[in-house]
Amino acid sequence: MSAIDAVVTPMPAATSPAALGTLGVLVAVVRRDLLLALRRKSEVLTSLFFFVIVVSLFPLGIGPEMALLRIIAPGVLWVAALLAAMLSLSRLFAADHADGTLEQMLLSPAPLGLLVTGKIISHWLVAGLPLVLIAPLLGLQYDLAPRALGVLVLSLLIGTPLLSLIGAIGAALTLGVRGGGVLLSLLTLPLYIPALIFGAGAVEADISGLGAAGHLSLLAALLALAGFFAPWATTAALRIALE
Amino acid sequence: MQNKIIHWFKYGSPQSFYPLAGKMLPWFVVLAVAFGLAGLWLGFFVAPTDAVQGEGYRIIFIHVPASWMSMFLYLIMAFWAGLGLALNTRLSSMMASAVAPTGALMAFISLWTGALWGKPMWGTWWVWDARLTSELILLFLYLGFMALQAAIDEPRRADKAGAILALVGVVNVPIIYFSVKWWNTLHQGASVSMSKSPSMAVTMLWGMLVMALCFWMYSIAVALVRVRAIILERERTTEWVKHAVE
Amino acid sequence: MQWNSVGEFFAMGGYALYVWGSFGVTALALAIEPFLLRKRQNDVLDSLRRERSADERQRNPS
Repeated sequence: MSAIDAVVTPMPAATSPAALGTLGVLVAVVRRDLLLALRRKSEVLTSLFFFVIVVSLFPLGIGPEMALLRIIAPGVLWVAALLAAMLSLSRLFAADHADGTLEQMLLSPAPLGLLVTGKIISHWLVAGLPLVLIAPLLGLQYDLAPRALGVLVLSLLIGTPLLSLIGAIGAALTLGVRGGGVLLSLLTLPLYIPALIFGAGAVEADISGLGAAGHLSLLAALLALAGFFAPWATTAALRIALE
Repeated sequence: MQNKIIHWFKYGSPQSFYPLAGKMLPWFVVLAVAFGLAGLWLGFFVAPTDAVQGEGYRIIFIHVPASWMSMFLYLIMAFWAGLGLALNTRLSSMMASAVAPTGALMAFISLWTGALWGKPMWGTWWVWDARLTSELILLFLYLGFMALQAAIDEPRRADKAGAILALVGVVNVPIIYFSVKWWNTLHQGASVSMSKSPSMAVTMLWGMLVMALCFWMYSIAVALVRVRAIILERERTTEWVKHAVE
Repeated sequence: MQWNSVGEFFAMGGYALYVWGSFGVTALALAIEPFLLRKRQNDVLDSLRRERSADERQRNPS
């Protein structure tokens, strides 16, 4: 990330957070991150392409038999989305850490938890939402029925923010640590397992006629839990990383 | 009352705990050996042959205690790590780091013995049932904790980062266990289950309990040895360590 | 006691590979861990002793 980009794009602390209010601070953080992301479109697109490529790998590895692909579709699509989301996590704090913005955030009168939440939201918008939007196309490659495609999109819509929230904790813990990317995966993947089980399970339940409601509710419950606790843990981890 | 409180915190420093751990150590070794011998005797010579599983079931005398210990040690690890984070005490964090490798070893033993138990009983070396799968994920959580601490050079940051990870992990363990159980019951194809243990003769239960005590004493002993090594390594610049070496 | 001979004990009703594979690996693991720890302890003490003598040589160059 070029230093000029960061300098030219003001941090929320530059305008008084008191004047902005909670929502204003959040919007300011999200706006800034989106602006920075748009200047580095390649970063945005790499996780998307990763998702597409990985999904294409499985038929190449397993064989093009549609009956088999229909069965493995929910799992494969969810694992690929999960891996794609995870790959983008190291970028969550790294750039701001490198140019000193993160230290500024620590010193800002705005609560760090709020700033962190803003960063997680923008991470999701940049790295998670595109996966949700392209998923139907990829689901068609596995001959998923229209309603199953809908459930897939819904499960990813609920699931990808969950992945961003959980992943943020790992990203904060491994900030600046050597072996960061792989270590981040090792830490985050076990924590992703419940999301995977309920997300892929929702699509499977829909295909088998049992209805996805149960799985989707559990996934939403996890999202609520994470939305509450993850920014808190992430903030603590950031303070530890920066002290 | 006043005296009791002072007495407790007196051992909160690495310097005073080091000799205390050294004194406690032999007792736990003795207890581990004693319980081990008793447990093995119960397991091999007292517990009868199982009607369904023959002699093969005797693996539970290791598999079940190891599983219990792996879960118990994770809680202990998270407890010490959390205490170290909350009270900012070095020794508590050192205890957490001391416990982790043994917990990981217990998880590995549980998986290994689980595989060796499953093969003759259900035909495959691995069974994706709820308990084994959860045990595997627990092993990953242990390895993650150890990898994170190994990757961070600065000891206090490693302590605190590990603590956050352990606390996040401890909150997630019930969630993971529940979701894996859910996953397992929905996919009835994997109908084999390690939870379907042989109908327990009383002697079998006793054997398992005594072996569990053996593993517990062993874990404490090993943790004490490891924490002593950690104390020496991390406190090497202090006067008392330099004098302790003569 | 239900074993009629030592041979029977080791055979474990045909499950020898699995039972002894389990107990054996466990015994090995529970022996290796303390062994590695003793080595770790000795390494620390050795390196501390070396530091001490290096310090002393530095203080009394004779």
